[in-house]
Amino acid sequence: MNVVPGKGNAMTAERKSPKSRLHVPHPPARPGDTPDFSYVKISPAGAVERPDVMARTRDIEDLATQLVRVLNDEHRTVGPWNPHLDVHDLQVGLRYMLTTRLLDDRMQRMQRQGRISFYMRCFGEEAVSVAQAMALRPDDMLFPHYRNQGLHIARGRSLVDLMCQCLSNTRDMCKGRQMPVFYHWRSGNIFSISGNLATQFPQAAGWAMAAAIKGEDRIASTWIGEGSTAEADYHYGMTFAAVYQAPVVLNVVNNQWAISTFQGFAGGERRDFAEGAHGYGFPGIRVDGNDFLAVYAVTQWAAERARRGGGPTLIEHVTYRAGPHSTSDDPSRYRPKDEYKLWPLGDPVERLKQHLIVLGEWSEDRHVVLAKELEAYVTDSWKESLAAGQMNEGPRLDRNSMFDDVFKELPEHLRKQREQLEHEGQEEDK
Amino acid sequence: MAQMNMIQALNSAMDAMLGRDPSVVLLGQDIGYFGGVFRVTDGLQRKYGEHRVLDAPIAEGGIVGAAIGMGVNGLRPVAEIQFADYVYPAFDQIVSELARLRYRSAGEFHAPVTVRMPTGGGIRGGQTHSQSPEGIFTHISGIKVVMPSNPYDAKGLLISAIEDDDPVVFFEPKRIYNGPFDGDPNKPAVPWNAHPKGEVPENYFKVPLCKAEIVRPGNDVTVIAYGTMVHVVEAAVRITGVDAEIIDVRTLVPLDVETLVESVRKTSRCVIVHEATRFSGFGAELSATVQEECFWYLEAPIQRVTGWDTPYPHAFEWEYFPGQKRIANALRAVMEAR
Repeated sequence: MNVVPGKGNAMTAERKSPKSRLHVPHPPARPGDTPDFSYVKISPAGAVERPDVMARTRDIEDLATQLVRVLNDEHRTVGPWNPHLDVHDLQVGLRYMLTTRLLDDRMQRMQRQGRISFYMRCFGEEAVSVAQAMALRPDDMLFPHYRNQGLHIARGRSLVDLMCQCLSNTRDMCKGRQMPVFYHWRSGNIFSISGNLATQFPQAAGWAMAAAIKGEDRIASTWIGEGSTAEADYHYGMTFAAVYQAPVVLNVVNNQWAISTFQGFAGGERRDFAEGAHGYGFPGIRVDGNDFLAVYAVTQWAAERARRGGGPTLIEHVTYRAGPHSTSDDPSRYRPKDEYKLWPLGDPVERLKQHLIVLGEWSEDRHVVLAKELEAYVTDSWKESLAAGQMNEGPRLDRNSMFDDVFKELPEHLRKQREQLEHEGQEEDK
Repeated sequence: MAQMNMIQALNSAMDAMLGRDPSVVLLGQDIGYFGGVFRVTDGLQRKYGEHRVLDAPIAEGGIVGAAIGMGVNGLRPVAEIQFADYVYPAFDQIVSELARLRYRSAGEFHAPVTVRMPTGGGIRGGQTHSQSPEGIFTHISGIKVVMPSNPYDAKGLLISAIEDDDPVVFFEPKRIYNGPFDGDPNKPAVPWNAHPKGEVPENYFKVPLCKAEIVRPGNDVTVIAYGTMVHVVEAAVRITGVDAEIIDVRTLVPLDVETLVESVRKTSRCVIVHEATRFSGFGAELSATVQEECFWYLEAPIQRVTGWDTPYPHAFEWEYFPGQKRIANALRAVMEAR
């Protein structure tokens, strides 16, 4: 038996209350506890200065520790970060966020009914994807993670396309090869989602390097959860973006929870994720991720900086994962059930709605009408999607297609295997 | 003895080891407070404290790298990779470090690390939750590779793996966590308590590494398999009525060549089955070994039954999976060959 000599090691530690010096991060509240978000530092709305987009990193380091907010408690815009969006854009933003939420709710229910195998909602985080897609140019390239469905919605993708992917049916963009939500959209400039975490970070840096090499003014943007910043790929992406001053907007969506792992386990206990950028030599901005206008404004700032040759920016979106990690997760096992109700930055849809109401450009009635319209859109889209096939009924993709795209051209050994599968299928039909 | 499914058996193995050896520590994502996404480590942090069962950041390379450091400093770490599909960020730490540490330091350093990971498909996991990468690891010199096919072996082999002073990569076929699966997805799930190997001693016991098991004795053909495929092979043998000798490899490296060779010399025919892709898969190694040792005894070419050489497709899981029919075809082919 191996025993480590000396005091304070794992061996001599008492159960439950270890005496060793090893620090183990603890979330402030577990199931049954009162939620406690006192660790979330919140600046007053409008309090953070907006520097010139080409400012030196050293001069703007406080952007990483404050919290950029535009909407105040009275739902009005305040301060220098106000992007001064016109009413139409605000209403469109609200529509996209609500569409995203209603799509998510429907697909979650369809998973529960066994119609799709899996789903991941972005409940509570809708502002991140929607505001950012709107602040970036349509030809900017997006490298999403798996909770960015709002990017597709805000770039005008039909719900049928997304639903058919989740159904792995005959209209599935992935041809049945990927689990639900791992979308891609070449013509919409949205990259293919991997199930593996953080891989998109260096890829986005590389895409942006290529844009710079080619002399284009397109930029890239990418997203990662705060938990995945522990992966090496995150640090590769940060390093390459910094070394080559790549025109890329790097986003850490800090939704506090990575399945059961709270943000302290990714290094969030003693510093803000945005601060991490300073070690690499580029700016970090910490933003209220549930404030549509603030997210829009910081994205616009970072995008302009990148386009003008100022290099990368890291944006930390402070938000909360209001739902389970996925349909396979049960958060009541590891966090208080009512935590989201007490999240101090509220709900992104509700906050933009209230802002429009304060402006006199929206009302509860109009909201109900919009929700009804979008529900009908979701329902119609789902019906249309089902007609293209379901997991266990209706039309199916040609099973031989599973051998396509392994390589550009089918090699001999795969042709033989396809023949063997065809033979198995014929036996079945007999 | 108790009735256990594979999850409970693995949990019981780690419980036994944490209890008897204070140098054993577990680390991995979501394994502590939450008890693991498949519940394999449920309750162990509560019982042994959070310095013995550590929640880890999402960093597979970090988990294995830290486990190596702990191992060098006298602990006996059991690292969990949440899905085998996510082991690749840790690949360098496993291949270049863990596997070679003893060799490159001429025996002065070693790290007795066990790396556990759920593996295999049939759970609608698509290309990122279904892979069987065991063949990649069997190609590396310096690590042992284990894959149990039932709760009894899962517990006994995991205890052996943890106690082993060499690094072990321990694959857990997740399709059979809750019950043996015969390859027919339309049949209702069968729990482990209806299976003799669902009977598992509650206390410490070992199943030796490097020892294959004859699951079904027979005379006409030797079928070599491991993990989930052992159960699919049993079903395929039943439907074909062939008197097959089924061997569960259990430890892929170091391989129990003797048991395989003895069987094939008796039956003169051999079918090799695994769920992983075919090309350069572990089946190729098995086939080469059997050919080298049994060439003059063989009555027919050795057959391999495997997943196709494509990524695991979400929509065509059962067309991809080497099910009863594909195995039965191979059994018939090898029996008909002259």
